[in-house]
Amino acid sequence: MDVLNIVSGVFIIVGSLSIIVGLLGVYRMPDFFTRLHAASIIDTLGAMLILFGLIMHQGLSMISLKLFLILVFILITTPTAAHALAKSALHGNLKPVTDDDCS
Amino acid sequence: MSKYDIFFHKISLIISLAVLWIMLSGHYTPLLLSLGLLSVLIVAFISSRMNLIIFDQPILQLYFIKFIPYGFWLIIQILRSNIDVCRRILNPKLPINPQLVKVKSTQTSNLAKVIYANSITLTPGTISIDLDGSEIEVHSLSEKGVDELKTGTMDKKITDAEANPYV
Repeated sequence: MDVLNIVSGVFIIVGSLSIIVGLLGVYRMPDFFTRLHAASIIDTLGAMLILFGLIMHQGLSMISLKLFLILVFILITTPTAAHALAKSALHGNLKPVTDDDCS
Repeated sequence: MSKYDIFFHKISLIISLAVLWIMLSGHYTPLLLSLGLLSVLIVAFISSRMNLIIFDQPILQLYFIKFIPYGFWLIIQILRSNIDVCRRILNPKLPINPQLVKVKSTQTSNLAKVIYANSITLTPGTISIDLDGSEIEVHSLSEKGVDELKTGTMDKKITDAEANPYV
C-alpha cells in the first residue's frame, strides 16, 4: 500500500467523523436556526474532506476533475439552500432562540 | 444594460456551458459533439428567453482570476470555523449564544453581494438570512462569528476583487 492511499483513507475517515459530529449537533441544538449551523458542518467539512480523499485516491484523471466539479457545485448550492430555509423560517414567524433563553 | 453587454453575456454563457459539457461527457466523436453543441445552444436560448441573464457583470469577465486566491482564503476560514463549531457541539455544556445581527456589505453589483452572502452562509456558525440593499441580516451561533464578520476582512476582500477584476 502506498502513502497516497493511506492519506486519502485518513481524509475519508476524518470526513466521516465530521459528519457524525454534525449529526450529533443536529440532535443537541435547541432550535431550527442553530440546527442549520450544525448541518452546515456536514455540507462543508464532511463533503470537502471526503471528496478530497476520493480525489487523492483517484489521482489526476477525468474522474477526479468531475469529483472536483461536484465539490464546487456542492459549495455553491448548499449555502443557497440553507439561506432559503432560514429565510422562509424567519418569514414564517419562527423566532430564533436568543442568548437569554439558553442560559 | 446595453446591447453589447447582453451579447457578451450570451457568449460567455455559451462558452462556459460548452466547457462544462466537454468536461463532463468525455466523448469526442463528431455526432456527440454536435449534439452537445445543440443542447448548449438550446439552454442558452431558453435562459435568455426566461430573462435569466440578469447579472450586472458577465460571468467570465469578473469572477475567475481574482476569486481563485479568495477561494483558498475562504477554505481556510471554513476549516477554522468548522473546528470552532465542532468544539462547541462536542462540549458537554453546549456553549452557544445565538443572535441576529446586521452586517454592512460594501459591494456594488448583485453578483458580488450574493457571493458575500453565500460566503457568510458557507462558514459554519453564521447564516445570512436576509439581503436588503447594503445590509445583510446574519444569524450567528456565537459572538466569535459576529466579531469575525464585524472586522470586515471578508467584505473587503470581495469588494477589492470586484473593483479591479483583472489585477
